[in-house]
Amino acid sequence: MASAISAMKILQPPPLPTTATSSPENLLFDPVKCNSSFFGSTHKLRFSSLKPSSSSHRRSTVVAVADVIKERKLNSSSSMVNLITKEECLELYEDMVLGRAFEDMCAQMYYRGKMFGFVHLYNGQEAVSTGFINLLKKEDYVCSTYRDHVHALSKGVPARAVMSELFGKTTGCCRGQGGSMHMFSKEHNLLGGFAFIGEGIPVATGAAFASKYRREVLKEADCDHVTVAFFGDGTCNNGQFFECLNMAALWKLPIIFVVENNLWAIGMSHLRATSDPEIWKKGPAFGMPGVHVDGMDVLKVREVAKEAIGRARRGEGPTLVECETYRFRGHSLADPDELRDPAEKAHYATRDPIMALKKYIIENNLVSEAELKAIEKEIDEVIEDAVEFADASPVPPRSQLLQNVFADPKGFGIGPDGKYRCEDPKFTEGTARV
Amino acid sequence: MLDVYFRNKLTELQDLSKLKVRKLKITNCENLDTVNEVPGCNSIVEEETNSTDSDEEIYSTDDDDDDDDDDDDDDDEGEEEEEESAKEGKTRALFGAIHPRNSVRCIRSKMAAIMQGIGAATALSSSSSSFDSKGFQLPSVKYFPERKATSLVVRSDGRLIPGSNLNARNVSGRLVTNAVAAKADTSATSTASKTGHELLLFEALREGLEEEMDRDPHVCVVGEDVGHYGGSYKVTKDLAPKYGDLRVLDTPIAENAFTGMAIGAAMTGLRPIVEGMNMGFLLLAYNQISNNCGMLHYTSGGQFTIPVVIRGPGGVGRQLGAEHSQRLESYFQSIPGIQMVACSTPYNAKGLMKAAIRSENPVILFEHVLLYNLKERIPDEEYVLSLEEAEMVRPGEHITILTYSRMRYHVMQAAKTLVNKGYDPEVIDIRSLKPFDLYTIGNSIKKTHRVLIVEECMRTGGIGASLTAAINENFNDYLDAPVMCLSSQDVPTPYAGTLEEWTVVQPAQIVTAVEQLCQ
Repeated sequence: MASAISAMKILQPPPLPTTATSSPENLLFDPVKCNSSFFGSTHKLRFSSLKPSSSSHRRSTVVAVADVIKERKLNSSSSMVNLITKEECLELYEDMVLGRAFEDMCAQMYYRGKMFGFVHLYNGQEAVSTGFINLLKKEDYVCSTYRDHVHALSKGVPARAVMSELFGKTTGCCRGQGGSMHMFSKEHNLLGGFAFIGEGIPVATGAAFASKYRREVLKEADCDHVTVAFFGDGTCNNGQFFECLNMAALWKLPIIFVVENNLWAIGMSHLRATSDPEIWKKGPAFGMPGVHVDGMDVLKVREVAKEAIGRARRGEGPTLVECETYRFRGHSLADPDELRDPAEKAHYATRDPIMALKKYIIENNLVSEAELKAIEKEIDEVIEDAVEFADASPVPPRSQLLQNVFADPKGFGIGPDGKYRCEDPKFTEGTARV
Repeated sequence: MLDVYFRNKLTELQDLSKLKVRKLKITNCENLDTVNEVPGCNSIVEEETNSTDSDEEIYSTDDDDDDDDDDDDDDDEGEEEEEESAKEGKTRALFGAIHPRNSVRCIRSKMAAIMQGIGAATALSSSSSSFDSKGFQLPSVKYFPERKATSLVVRSDGRLIPGSNLNARNVSGRLVTNAVAAKADTSATSTASKTGHELLLFEALREGLEEEMDRDPHVCVVGEDVGHYGGSYKVTKDLAPKYGDLRVLDTPIAENAFTGMAIGAAMTGLRPIVEGMNMGFLLLAYNQISNNCGMLHYTSGGQFTIPVVIRGPGGVGRQLGAEHSQRLESYFQSIPGIQMVACSTPYNAKGLMKAAIRSENPVILFEHVLLYNLKERIPDEEYVLSLEEAEMVRPGEHITILTYSRMRYHVMQAAKTLVNKGYDPEVIDIRSLKPFDLYTIGNSIKKTHRVLIVEECMRTGGIGASLTAAINENFNDYLDAPVMCLSSQDVPTPYAGTLEEWTVVQPAQIVTAVEQLCQ
């Protein structure tokens, strides 16, 4: 059950300020072609399905950007324009604009006192969320961290539900009990929403395990649900990350580990915290492909995502994808964000993923600017509606306090009168003592 | 190792022998009556012994646990109490016959057998003896000619302990004052009918597990060495060949990650059972247990259920060292959203295991390293116990003793002494550590007005501490004396055998405490 090792490579080390055009090329790994032994990998391929064949173009670790593009152009029947259709680009654009507008509105609402606590915004990283989640089916699972609003929106949770949850209203996706950092949706298969970093990775691994279990033990042959776990660069120094990489590769679980490397863990620079900052290299150490991709370019992320999700669906095992990205705001709304160099922020602001996609769309004449504007307007209306809905929603009543602590409320035990505590009428009022 | 073991054993036996315990031989019920009716039992029938060692002591008891819980599945085949008692599972851990003629030599050889894990039930038809550690002569009502099973209670550590027969209710009034009163009339016919089957506690756990895995294909086991190795305490033996490597999953040594994995799998539809090789290892999984296991149902607004069972052996064993002898009940008890239960007999082990698997809540099932080799006869029929209810081990009038897990056996041993001294303790195995069954406990307190809690948990912030608080809050009016709590010392369990013994509560301390409370 060894996992297949595809050749992974990175073309440039991250994350030096570069001009937009020469950003690191994403790595397109083609399992059939790119299976030459990777420089850092000590594994032999134990998979019979992959023949260690043609490796002509992958001998060296670093391949020039131009080579890769040429190769792709040769492989694809037409130009890069066909990377995306009109409908797809509309979807992507809409998704990213929704994420951005929502997060901006969150900031506004926070400063107006409508939501409290720790709120972590996703501005600047939309390409990663959209790039991956747009390709998932409804039954696929997404597991996130505390920076989860946009993952929820991309997965399909209505903006109304997310906004009410942030306002702490009972109509929120978690009935107001979770908050910003705990977004869950059973309907859309969003597994959270975790406050401690690294906590969600094992949960995602479990969901992938359940998918494999269903296929192999319960014999649900069509079950090919994949799980995508999002987490940051700081998490990649955490034990749970490594433990899960090991288990996922060991059992070839259908999971994709997506590292949103925005270089900063609150105030700790990734370079100061990590012995080897190239996170994608840690994949091959465990026997899975490690890919590095420009996380500010949604099309590149999407390409990588397609490959990774395809791999997982076919049962070939996990993939580690490192997306080099950046958050435009501070770590949270309470973070003054004084530590980051303004020049760095300015540089990445020029690589705004929404701007990039817009530019791409306009340049390739896929959609007219007017349509894009219409989409933006529509999104604004959706957001406004969400805020109104959340404002108008009721706060949770007292009776909700003790609900949902146990799935089976008999877990509250037997009271002195011999009845189960949950049968106590005061229990539903939330005034019973437990 | 054997030598060390026997050295310790002998030391123990010798200690007890200082108390001038004598062997008893009771041949029939009539003797029993005579003996039993005398509180204090001054007129014990003394029997000559062929033993060459005058210091020999033999514990032999018949541990009749009467589960008079409401939760017991009463699959009574017969209407007779005997049948019921047999099915309700008298705990008779049998490790070999010990005749009164046995000398210590023979005991040693029996120990050897025990050490090799050979348990044999042989009939001791003619005699029995029971001793109290404090040298009180107890009438032992163990044997009746018809009884087939041995009356020996031997724990997995080889220590012979007197179990105690309880439940005077099932016997006619003459045996009320005798802790060791067998359900004399009841047990006689029970063994003859031979309902149910005998097995050891770890086998009972396995049986429960296997039945649930057969019943629901979503049930799977996750843990270290659960598959090919069969479990470090053999609870999952032979399950991997039967169900496959994916259903009985051998994990790498990554507790936090595989516990989280089990939680993720539970959220997405499976029902995993996480085995901690030792409960202490679950400290590494504390992040996942506290944050995810306990909380996710709540923070997701009820959308995801986590029907996971986390189980493993804990408690103070036989010189296992500090880190392997931890009692984590106290650490986990504050986590909202989880239930905790502790099993103590094969009967309730199987029942609780099944209940935990079927429950939609996350449940932590605490087993004890020293109890895995207890043998008992359990029903053939399927039964599931309630996770929230406590178990009445021995009804009484004078004092309520609340206990769980291994301490149950220390309490029962002390109970024998106490009965001899004329006390009538009511012993309740609380079983459900979180939440407490305040109904059973409350009824008992209302009857006896005195409470003693005996536990192996740490003194500080342990189960006993919480229970004391709960009792004081709810039943303060019914108490004639302050609640007394006997817990382990707040020390890391020492390796040395003598020190280790002093960290946990011993029967002698229990007797003293009861005497103190009942003044």
